[in-house]
Amino acid sequence: MSKTLTFALMDPPFENARSTTAMRLIDLAVKRGLNVNVFAYEGAVYLPFAKQAQHPNAVHGRSLEEENHPLPRAWIAAIMKEAAAKGTKVDWVNCGLCVDERGAGEAIEGVRRGSPADFWKFAEGSDNTLVIGTK
Amino acid sequence: MKVLNIVEAAYRGTLEEQDDPIIWICSAMKGANADIDVLLRGNAVNYAIKAQDASGLSFGGQEQTQPPKIADDLVRLKGKGVKIYVVDDALRERGIEPSELIDGLDFVPRSKLARLFGGYDQVWHW
Repeated sequence: MSKTLTFALMDPPFENARSTTAMRLIDLAVKRGLNVNVFAYEGAVYLPFAKQAQHPNAVHGRSLEEENHPLPRAWIAAIMKEAAAKGTKVDWVNCGLCVDERGAGEAIEGVRRGSPADFWKFAEGSDNTLVIGTK
Repeated sequence: MKVLNIVEAAYRGTLEEQDDPIIWICSAMKGANADIDVLLRGNAVNYAIKAQDASGLSFGGQEQTQPPKIADDLVRLKGKGVKIYVVDDALRERGIEPSELIDGLDFVPRSKLARLFGGYDQVWHW
């Protein structure tokens, strides 16, 4: 039976390297065949926000296509697809109140709304839990 | 499963949230029967001071009517059976006297933190 890890994330996208580090860890866990639970708390509910959009970058001298700006929502979708292909699961829960206060209700497919009770349930059912808080 | 939640980053969004998000999530998890305690260290030891007053915020005549009352939130959390540990070295470094703090805290020296952590299944450093 696959092991399960739970991650609690707090940082919003495009602010610091912790979000990218979290994605690296989640991706690696999935690549190794682990199930992953994610509880996105506070600004992290914007990580799977469906309206994230790429843009051109005049400073880089690149068009929208050339710039191919990374989007956390696309990373998450790719990790979920990778997990499905491997027969594991990424269960991503956005804190509902955090979503409401930010107007971040439009998340990508596969993300569900929840509460701290879901986080505790995740942790209880996991082999380990890593909290990556905002500093 | 018994979990110790470490709060170190203090006053992070507390005026907007009208609470501390980690104290809040601990309270919510306790309501879901979580077996948890809280450790205040670094600047977060200030959360235990009784005389905090964050009232009076107003922008363009729009007043905040429910300012954060974090010491009261800690008292409520303790009332639910959650132990509130405070690193006493951090209090001394900041010139905070025990008489300034809410009742019922458990003080722990920095040198004994590892032993404290050993009593928990998991330690979550928020």
